[in-house]
Amino acid sequence: MNELPRWADVVLVPLINIALAFIVAGLVVLAIGQNPIDMVYFMVKGALGSTSSIGYTLYYTTNFIFTGLAFAVAMNAKLFNIGGEGQAAIGGLGAALVLLAIDWPHWTLALPAAIIGAGVFGAGWAAIPAYLQAKRGSHIVITTIMFNFIGAAILGFLLNGLLKKPGQQVPESRSFSDGAHLPNFHEMLQPFGIAFNKSAPANISFFLAIVAAILVWLLIWRSRIGYEIRAFGNSPGATLFAGISSVRVTIIAMLISGALAGMMAINVVMGEQERLIKDFVEGAGFMGIAVSLMGRNHPFGIVLAAFLFGMLNQGGFELMWEMPEISREMVLVIQALIIIFTGALVNMTRDPIEKIFLRLHNKGAA
Amino acid sequence: MDFLQFILTLDSTLRLSTVLLLACLAGLFSERSGIVDIGLEGKMLISAFVAAAIAYETGSVWMGLAAGMVASLIFAMIHGVASIIYRGDQIISGVALNFLASGLTVVVGDAIYRQGGQTPTLAGTARFSEITLPFADAVRDVPILGPVYSELISGHKPLVYVAFLAVPLVWWVLFRTRFGLRLRAVGENPSSVDTAGVSVVGMRFKALLITGLLCGIAGAYLSTSQAAGFGKEMTAGRGYIALAALIFAKWRPIHAMGACLLFGLLEAVSNLYPNINVFGLFTIPVQFTQTLPYILTVIILGGFIGRAMPPNAIGQPYVKER
Repeated sequence: MNELPRWADVVLVPLINIALAFIVAGLVVLAIGQNPIDMVYFMVKGALGSTSSIGYTLYYTTNFIFTGLAFAVAMNAKLFNIGGEGQAAIGGLGAALVLLAIDWPHWTLALPAAIIGAGVFGAGWAAIPAYLQAKRGSHIVITTIMFNFIGAAILGFLLNGLLKKPGQQVPESRSFSDGAHLPNFHEMLQPFGIAFNKSAPANISFFLAIVAAILVWLLIWRSRIGYEIRAFGNSPGATLFAGISSVRVTIIAMLISGALAGMMAINVVMGEQERLIKDFVEGAGFMGIAVSLMGRNHPFGIVLAAFLFGMLNQGGFELMWEMPEISREMVLVIQALIIIFTGALVNMTRDPIEKIFLRLHNKGAA
Repeated sequence: MDFLQFILTLDSTLRLSTVLLLACLAGLFSERSGIVDIGLEGKMLISAFVAAAIAYETGSVWMGLAAGMVASLIFAMIHGVASIIYRGDQIISGVALNFLASGLTVVVGDAIYRQGGQTPTLAGTARFSEITLPFADAVRDVPILGPVYSELISGHKPLVYVAFLAVPLVWWVLFRTRFGLRLRAVGENPSSVDTAGVSVVGMRFKALLITGLLCGIAGAYLSTSQAAGFGKEMTAGRGYIALAALIFAKWRPIHAMGACLLFGLLEAVSNLYPNINVFGLFTIPVQFTQTLPYILTVIILGGFIGRAMPPNAIGQPYVKER
């Protein structure tokens, strides 16, 4: 027996790694002279303490589910899509163009159209790096990074020119029509007599994200193309002999990945801002990498990890009021440490645990 | 555009290229040894912060420089432990270290100085001052050559000269020394180096050591020479531009200098002339000039102008056969 039992691999190792990340983060907090226990208390309270906090937590969770799924789909084909940030930005442009084009009468019509707009634009932005990787062998990590910057520049250019609302200085578009307003949790829960904060930004996109997670699961683990994606990711050589086209798998995986990243804009641009603003992605594309890693590139894990990261994000905002000595960027430190311990240093805990299990197993056999 | 204006644009180019060049040479050592380094940005950022803070506290810019180099070195070693010893993913490690630098610099900076992540403004000996080369004032009035010498070549901060003098040195180390040969071999075919009795792990750690030190100088330059203090996210993507320059230069030091000068020129032009009007026909938007380095890199990577071949064993952890 060389491998860990499944429960240890899926639950034990990640839990130890997250614990290590939080211990190191706690040391950072101690180093700046603050109490880490207080910090955790205020962050959890800030993330779950009221319907307003929950509304914000679920709003961030939605973003991270989309970007996490985007990274995971490409990662299952061993393609490192670091371009979630740019694909989300361009996806937002697609959604905004659709929503600005006509006065939408009702959100039930506007939503599918915006999904198509965001998805197509996001996928299109992933298509060029995908083509360059598949056909010309240029490394997808570098091209997607470059495309993040190019995407941000395009958005900046359009919002300072063509798309700018006339007669103002701020780089943002005019607001979408009232018909494009997505129902938020307050409006959805009111008919059932459940009170939910009116101004919290969580909206129907959250359920869209859950549906996307289920669809990704079906796609990757229950469909033919999903099988090809996983096979290509695990052994590109073997798939070549099995007659699976590497070009096809690379491009399809990246298109789906880009479309999912683009859909994150539905939540922010359509659901919350109701207009296109500059830099609306705010690092959610990069955070998708951490979410997907923590969720082990599986939709179920990603939804859980996205919720944890949503809590961290929202808790970090509230921390500003309760403990102003700790700046908001502490969240970034915690997230970075989680990526280091669950991603880069995963073998540091895995190797010893594997040895322990091997010893136990050998003892049991003898 | 008159001649002096032209000289001033080039002068600005040299100053802006310096940080790119130092980071690019840093990345060259890491990538030539077979380790992808997305984390140039983070190493520069942490060094920029530590250098500014220590320079402020001690009043000595040299102490700041040394401390910045140590901070960057620590980050490089974390990257090394993750990717060399624990065979972790090098891209994930790099991305994570960039996040860590973004977060730590503001958390610690805000806790100490309470200025939203900035350090106090540096002045006097806490900053690098310009070096005036000999005879710079004497030849100022000589036509053409006068301004070229006294404005363009003379009157820079010391680290500018360090960066450009490092280029021939790096070339010599890489292509004319035994260390350089082994370094290149370890990035192309690590098992051959292992067979020859040289430690792959040792070589890669040495490469990352140099990467860390050079990134440290780059970061310190940003906060103590180019600016007068640390500001939140002050690297502003320069680590990625340096990475782009490295690919653009196809992992060669002399070409790296060319690429960094080109990208520095683009930055200088976009700073000095934001919107360029071409013969009154159309305007080149500033976003285009700023993005050109990334566009050019994608074109190079796509093999549309020559072929950019990375070191063969890049990104793969080396596992010794047993």
